[in-house]
Amino acid sequence: MNKIVLIAMMVFLGFSAQAQTKKNKNLKYATEVNGNCEQCKKRIEKAAYGVPGVKTATWDVSSHQLSVILNEEKCSPSDLNKAIAKAGHDTKEVKATDTDYDNLHSCCKYVRE
Amino acid sequence: MQKNIMLFVAFLLSVSVFSQEDLEEVKINKKQKGIKKSYTLTANTSVITSKELLKAACCNLAESFETNPSIDVNFSDALTGTKQIKMLGLTSPYLMITEENIPSVRGASQAYGLSFTPGTWIESVQITKGAGSVINGYESISGQINTELLKPLNDIPFFLNAYGSTDSRFELNTHFNKKLSDKWATSLFVHGNARVAKNDMNNDGFLDNPLGKQINVLNRYQYYNPENGLVSFINFRYMNDKKQTGEVDFDKDRDRGTTNYWGSEINTERFDVSTKIGYVFKDMPYQSIGFQNAFNSHKQDSYYGLNQYDIKQNSFYSNLIFNSIINNTMHKFTTGLNFSYDQYQEFVNLTDVSRIDNSVGAFFEYTYDNTDNFSLILGGRVDNHNRLGIFITPRLHMRYNPWKNGVIRFSAGRGKRSANIFAENQQLFASSRTFSILDSSGKVYGLNPEIAWNYGVSFSQKFKLFNRNADAGFDLYRTDFQNQAIVDVMQSPQQVLFYDLKGSSFANSLQVEFNYELIHNLNLRTAYKYYDIQTDYLRGTFQRPLQAKHRFLGNLEYETDLNNDKQWRFDFTYNWSGKQQLPYTASNPAEDQFPDFSPAYAVMNAQVTRVFSSVFEVYVGGENIGNYKQQKAILGANDPFGPNFDASIAYAPIFGQMYYAGLRFKIK
Repeated sequence: MNKIVLIAMMVFLGFSAQAQTKKNKNLKYATEVNGNCEQCKKRIEKAAYGVPGVKTATWDVSSHQLSVILNEEKCSPSDLNKAIAKAGHDTKEVKATDTDYDNLHSCCKYVRE
Repeated sequence: MQKNIMLFVAFLLSVSVFSQEDLEEVKINKKQKGIKKSYTLTANTSVITSKELLKAACCNLAESFETNPSIDVNFSDALTGTKQIKMLGLTSPYLMITEENIPSVRGASQAYGLSFTPGTWIESVQITKGAGSVINGYESISGQINTELLKPLNDIPFFLNAYGSTDSRFELNTHFNKKLSDKWATSLFVHGNARVAKNDMNNDGFLDNPLGKQINVLNRYQYYNPENGLVSFINFRYMNDKKQTGEVDFDKDRDRGTTNYWGSEINTERFDVSTKIGYVFKDMPYQSIGFQNAFNSHKQDSYYGLNQYDIKQNSFYSNLIFNSIINNTMHKFTTGLNFSYDQYQEFVNLTDVSRIDNSVGAFFEYTYDNTDNFSLILGGRVDNHNRLGIFITPRLHMRYNPWKNGVIRFSAGRGKRSANIFAENQQLFASSRTFSILDSSGKVYGLNPEIAWNYGVSFSQKFKLFNRNADAGFDLYRTDFQNQAIVDVMQSPQQVLFYDLKGSSFANSLQVEFNYELIHNLNLRTAYKYYDIQTDYLRGTFQRPLQAKHRFLGNLEYETDLNNDKQWRFDFTYNWSGKQQLPYTASNPAEDQFPDFSPAYAVMNAQVTRVFSSVFEVYVGGENIGNYKQQKAILGANDPFGPNFDASIAYAPIFGQMYYAGLRFKIK
């Protein structure tokens, strides 16, 4: 009996594991990215497009929302967050290094949280 | 927000990449400008918003360009009151004119088609100078004009416009709109106009404007489902237009087909059905598919004195479009197929020149946008046409922003078309000219297809002057004809000759523009235009007849701030036209001659609008308030069946000053 339950559980887990690995080619992902101006917008979007697998990226100046559609087979949201941080912008998940932040144009030096 | 999403979807579906971004721009600004120029679009496109259309009498599309620097409005002849438009110095057959991206003014409708779209139906007009996109076809040479009509899902329940003028023209526009469900809406537009009294202000015995009646009905349906991304439009339209012109004493029942009095009637009946269906892929807002189909039947029965001209065109047009991206939205593409079929039944003085044209083509257009300061559209298409053969149409547009608020554009492209020489030049029937086609080897009336290359560069810069908004810019275009169907009125006043271009033919144009907000709410728009349009004729090289070398446009607009929805709006437009080459008439007797060049002249228009509330407004205005008139409009007017009669040489207004008044009433 125990064995059967175990097998059933394994099968179940196996399924869900498989379900997890099924990657979304058009994943909608949104996150908050800190920035100030039109110049930031260009930089943030450029950084997002620099990540292979990002299909479309828009950053809204007033709401600070970055909306992205990406192909999970080629990249993950964390790759995206790292790339944005590398460009000098803090995201909710990844903070930019001080060096990268200091490289920003003076008008783009947003207030860090 | 809902509205924004809907607009976004509509914008994705809208066929051309050009119009897409326009729509977005027009909608978001609260206080919109009359003419919108973009600093981020790839092509040299400006958008006329509905606000601009309210600046002039604007009874129909042909009359809606009077305040626009990109388009010149001319008179096509001294009888029919028809306004003819030109871009880069080339007449409308060299433009692609579409209505919601379906070719509309072409073939049989070329001469009068623009006057068959009432002004109140128009939501916006996009004007693209130069080669344009390959998506809608291969015919455009000097530019594209796309008209967007009011959309049922955004329209107000009821709109009424009444108009009357001192040249005895009356118009009535009524719009009804109903939301059938949360996904379906329908609009019914009914337009009627009439000119009821005879006017002869220059006392030459001929009407200055035709008597006329038009009834024009459009019923359209729009479907939009945000859940599954489906959008659809279905349109039905019927139009009947009757015009009578000629001598004041002409009685159509008594005098038709006789030489008692010279007269003309132009009766047009048209029926259109068009459908559009679009689908935006789920979770992929950048990918969509669209399918358009249009059928129309256009029938014109007419006579000009003893010349009889009848044409009927049945057309079918179909366009399948797929939009998507390569890797990401920095690289977009549009690809698809076109099919078109045109059956012409055409009789010139009872000689049958009927024909059937059909073509099938495939296009691919790639758009690169670095999301910053550079974008490019590279398009190409291959078509197989029963008369034009198999051919390739390449087009290229580029945009670069070298610094803030500045934009440089470049475009190049090829266009090819068959000239409908009779339909496009039917004003010449109102003369004693004999028509001769000198070539016979070509496939369209004996002539070969017209082929031209168009190149252009432009620059525009926004800046602050004394702390107020200003912009300035220029553009420079050249059109080079490899072949052209030459319409030659430079040899003899008794003849018009049609033949294939033998030497060279080109059109150069330069436009310099300066716009400035003089004081708060007072805007000035100025443009100077220079045209050098030369053609090698059978004998001699001349500037294109009836084309001014220099033109100047000035427009002043002033509006008060909205106060409880009340507002005053004032507009003044000044149009100066330099001397124009005139057709050759020197072999006529002295009294039936024109000089080689027309005099320069200016026309001034003004309008005042009083907005009483968001529901009701009234406008009054004047056209040609300086009362400039072409003194001698018709050659041989006293002997209209004699050898020197010619009513096709109109270089200036015939009628003189005209005043009008109208009202607009809305239920929101």
